[in-house]
Amino acid sequence: MNHASLEIAAEDELRRQQDLRLRIFLCYSTPCVAAGADRVRKVLDELITEHTLAAELEIVATGCMGPCSRGPLLRLRHANGSESLYEQVEPEQARALLLEALDEPSSEGGTAQALALDMPFFARQTRIVLSNNSEIDPENLDHALARGSYGALSKVLQDMTPADVCAEITRSGLRGRGGGGYPAGVKWELVRKSPAERKYVVANGDEGDPGAYMDRTIMESDPHRLLESMAIAGYAVGAEQGYLYVRGEYPLAAARLVKAIKAAERRGLLGSRVLGSNFNFRVDLRVGAGAFVCGEETALMVSIMGRRGQPVPRPPYPAQSGLWGMPTLINNVETFANVAPIIAKGADWFASFGTEKSKGTKVFALCGEVVNSGLIEVPMGISLRDIVFDVGGGLPEEGRFKAAQTGGPSGGCIPADHLDTPVDYESLQQLGSIMGSGGLIVMNDRSCMPDVAKFFVEFCRDESCGKCVPCRVGTLEMYQIMERITKGSANMHDLELLEDLCDLVQETSLCGLGMTAPNPVHNTLQYFRDEYLAHIRDKHCPAGVCQLDHVPVLDMPEHASHLIIDREEL
Amino acid sequence: MPVITLTIDEALVSARVGQTVLEACRDEGISIPTLCHLDGISARGGCRLCLVEVAGSNRLLPACTTLAAEGMQVSTRSDRIDRYRRMILELSFAERNHQCAVCVSNQNCELQALAAELGMEQVRYDYLDPDLSMDLSHERFGIDHNRCVLCLRCVRVCDEVEGAHTWDVKARGIESQVITDLNQPWGESLSCTSCGKCVDACPTGALFTRGATVAEMHKDAGFLRRILDGREKRQWRR
Ligand SMILES: Cc1cc2nc3c(=O)[nH]c(=O)nc-3n(C[C@H](O)[C@H](O)[C@H](O)COP(=O)(O)O)c2cc1C
Ligand code: SF4
Ligand code: SF4
Ligand code: SF4
Ligand code: SF4
Ligand code: FES
Ligand code: FES
Repeated sequence: MNHASLEIAAEDELRRQQDLRLRIFLCYSTPCVAAGADRVRKVLDELITEHTLAAELEIVATGCMGPCSRGPLLRLRHANGSESLYEQVEPEQARALLLEALDEPSSEGGTAQALALDMPFFARQTRIVLSNNSEIDPENLDHALARGSYGALSKVLQDMTPADVCAEITRSGLRGRGGGGYPAGVKWELVRKSPAERKYVVANGDEGDPGAYMDRTIMESDPHRLLESMAIAGYAVGAEQGYLYVRGEYPLAAARLVKAIKAAERRGLLGSRVLGSNFNFRVDLRVGAGAFVCGEETALMVSIMGRRGQPVPRPPYPAQSGLWGMPTLINNVETFANVAPIIAKGADWFASFGTEKSKGTKVFALCGEVVNSGLIEVPMGISLRDIVFDVGGGLPEEGRFKAAQTGGPSGGCIPADHLDTPVDYESLQQLGSIMGSGGLIVMNDRSCMPDVAKFFVEFCRDESCGKCVPCRVGTLEMYQIMERITKGSANMHDLELLEDLCDLVQETSLCGLGMTAPNPVHNTLQYFRDEYLAHIRDKHCPAGVCQLDHVPVLDMPEHASHLIIDREEL
Repeated sequence: MPVITLTIDEALVSARVGQTVLEACRDEGISIPTLCHLDGISARGGCRLCLVEVAGSNRLLPACTTLAAEGMQVSTRSDRIDRYRRMILELSFAERNHQCAVCVSNQNCELQALAAELGMEQVRYDYLDPDLSMDLSHERFGIDHNRCVLCLRCVRVCDEVEGAHTWDVKARGIESQVITDLNQPWGESLSCTSCGKCVDACPTGALFTRGATVAEMHKDAGFLRRILDGREKRQWRR
């Protein structure tokens, strides 16, 4: 395929789609399949065969549409452009919907619950990264082409020098979405300028944060976006080989990526002489074996090279010396997913979203005590309140908002009085949390903060690779103290010891895992110290979560007197 | 040979390009505590005892893996560093069982010496008291995992100098343990040449010569420099 035939293929596919009477979009990403999307598909397929409708309509098994807790989701689009969306669709309801759409109403099955397409959940989102998700079948390259995929790559190969591409990424203000927020353009430029006979591009799809599934969704829903962006990166930095590192727990993502790579190679969009140019770019997949630390860039590269996945000290940074000692560009999957749109629509367009220092959008996995949990993409700088109460639809059953946890095991909890904080890299950091890779857990007043912190410390203890002493032993000793606190057997000396340990582990660990492991403790101590004191001094868990061994001490200090009342109410 | 100048503890010193901060310090007679480092094998950066402050970096950097650079300003001692070093030692003592009085390496152990040198007088953390095994299957040597600090000197010396790669590590985090071959008894190892390098390289009482009793195990980690000088520079000495 060359530049001209790429355009023709896209137009042909668009025309084919427009000629259809009805297009049925069925969300076929993991959460919806788990909710029964496969059964819906079977019924619809049968109906289409029965009525010999295959020429007039098609079912598109799409990537994640967003409101995952409401799955299976079904969207109908008629030839005239009118659209409707249904939630929690049962197979019989789907059947009825289809018959109705074909003007053959049936009384059976009952009607499915419609979802307003302009509800705040959708209206408050801005979809750049996820723009193709609910539009294409991820296993169909033509669908992707019709949405403009590989157009940006074609543009880069025809009209831009590698330096232009790096400059464009720098100008867009794109920052790393893997947690650190390092300016992507700066990194690209570093790799481009490092002289070497070989260079590599790596996409980090290890996504180990508990509860996070942004990267999985991108890989499962729009694999060609990722491949196209990696190829653009390869051209920009001078690499001919890319590696996609996908965690072992994501077999569907891995399978779709393999298919996508093959499809793209077959059509000349990857491999040698991409789109007829002199640029060669191969992508290979590497599957992780279930270690969180392998998401850390140095450990990830060691793992790609076939050795035990343990971090190594930086510097040298991957941009200077990465895979096999060669300059290596490593970016997160979501970072890459922004690249093709930036090239296609321009850095200025991209920079018009977001804030001064945090441009574009961020994908979050919104979960916990919130009505609309699911995968959302919002402009940077949106307030936490808008995310939780508008997009998320607030808390169910009149629960009171207590805190939102961002950044997973490296992050922290943002309390209610900071709900109006704009969500961007700097603001979250100021509050003692981080943007992280995009997990966002909403908690109500039935959450016990020391208990939440203990969960994350336990996670880090279990995931520590064991290379360095402060992290290997320190996280375990931290956990022991957290355990004492939540069991009611800690004293004030333990708290002192804990805070001391947190400083040590943060300042002396080798890699980011250890360096950030104390964050959840530091941060909950900052905002919810009285909860810790209640556990330690009063042997009482204000949220009623922890089972404390000791009887409450009755002469409580002033600050905790309200807790006695809670206790009596129980 | 290109030379650079840097400041260590407020004194101007020169170093060769490619030297680490640790090497530059040692050439100047400035001592920095180390445990995982061993002259002659690759640096690991795992024990974190050699951390120093470098002006312009808000992080503490390990002297053993950080390259000396022109104009660098290094402090090897401060209240913060001293405190952290003592805490790291405390964690190492808490991690496994170190009852020196009954240990083969008593009075001849780098961990013990560091504790004395750095003034670590107490362990404030929970002793984890794991119940680990001993492997006495090898005819000449033994390993007591209860004394192991996971410095991996044995792994590196066996791989990089002896070329046998008998040692490796299993599991992760606090469960980590050194193993011989694919977690087989040392005595059944097909790769071990019984050269004894790992035993001499081991800083604690974990690896020992069989038959040694309390405080009898004397190790000589300096052997490695002598072997390598011999191999590389043809200088043989004892
Ligand atoms: C313990 C640990 C785990 C990490 N896990 C991931 C991960 O799963 N995915 C990811 O993209 N980055 C992860 N990172 C960050 C990477 O090291 C690296 O900074 C990132 O891939 C760079 O890409 P970016 O600049 O596009 O964010 C992790 C870092 C640490 C310290
Ligand atoms: S900080 Fe933890 S995960 Fe990172 S190298 Fe040290 S032990 Fe391994
Ligand atoms: S290994 Fe060293 S510190 Fe441990 S018990 Fe033996 S002498 Fe003491
Ligand atoms: S005795 Fe020599 S070969 Fe055997 S494990 Fe030790 S270093 Fe390796
Ligand atoms: S056996 Fe000795 S040399 Fe090997 S890791 Fe343990 S303490 Fe270090
Ligand atoms: S998986 Fe269907 S909406 Fe997310
Ligand atoms: S000697 Fe430098 S980290 Fe161990």
